[in-house]
Amino acid sequence: MKCLECDGDVKVPEDVLEGEIVSCVDCGTSYEIFRDKSGSIQIKPAKVEGEDWGE
Amino acid sequence: MALSLVFEVVRWEEKAIHAAAKKKGIDLQMINIDTLSIDLEQDKLAQFGDIALQRCLSYFKSIHLTAILESKGIQVLNPFRIASITGNKLYGTLALLRAGVPTPKTMVSFTPESALSAIEDLGYPVVLKPTMGSWGRLVASLSDRDAATSVLEDREQMFPIYRVYYLQERVKRPPRDIRAIVIGDQVVAAIYRLSAPNDWKTNTARGGKAQLCPITKELEDICAKAVNAVGGDGLYGVDLMETPNGLVVHEVNNTTEFKNTVPTTGVDIPSKIIDYLITLKK
Repeated sequence: MKCLECDGDVKVPEDVLEGEIVSCVDCGTSYEIFRDKSGSIQIKPAKVEGEDWGE
Repeated sequence: MALSLVFEVVRWEEKAIHAAAKKKGIDLQMINIDTLSIDLEQDKLAQFGDIALQRCLSYFKSIHLTAILESKGIQVLNPFRIASITGNKLYGTLALLRAGVPTPKTMVSFTPESALSAIEDLGYPVVLKPTMGSWGRLVASLSDRDAATSVLEDREQMFPIYRVYYLQERVKRPPRDIRAIVIGDQVVAAIYRLSAPNDWKTNTARGGKAQLCPITKELEDICAKAVNAVGGDGLYGVDLMETPNGLVVHEVNNTTEFKNTVPTTGVDIPSKIIDYLITLKK
């Protein structure tokens, strides 16, 4: 996968799950994994930490 | 018995729980809360199975979904009655106090003026915490009157929940606290959380480091009292501090994280969570 910001590599592990966060190895931008309508793994910009996130 | 895990973002914990289930041959349905459109008149929400493990990052989303699932007869861990108490530091403190669990001295005010008065009653330094929130966000140590008035003034410009002033004595403790993981009613693992350099907070989400903490009888007993205080058997992260007078509990966490606890203690918490889920009978 290619980073949407810098075109660097975004490594996606083989056992990746939908909803998992992956990062660009070059610029560090975070992405969330999702599946498109065909079921293929895709990336979209990760959510920003919410005020109510946590334990 | 069908099991599901509800998530918003798959962290290390959710991935590890999913892997543990797979290893045991259990089909754990992974459900992304952001994909749901729920008709409240629907009788059954079959995709969630019999038991749903609530692992959403967002407290507000999780508590609302838990309410829906329980109303449809699905058992949720932790249940609404526990999540509603443990999701709010003030409600949690009230529950601990009712049960006689040692906890830091706490005062609550609703205006900056009365908060300042409470702070001066407690004596500097005082810790101001939002009643809802995690990972040490907006937790402030107020060392003197100037710091206190500045922070209180800022809070007045924020969302109303931040204008409930939950104030705690800053307990004299070593530069660490304890996180104990409770599954059911058992302490299964514990770590010391050491403050990151130049930070008084110990949250590992803020760079605090983990070290193995022995599970003593004192730790087991106080954790048992704390989880009973907030609702009984469940899945918890109990936070404690060591004081000259023994352990005190400052928080019981609801959807606890354990990414640092597993490698530090060697305890397979994800596997134990799955084992616990399958022991639950409807």
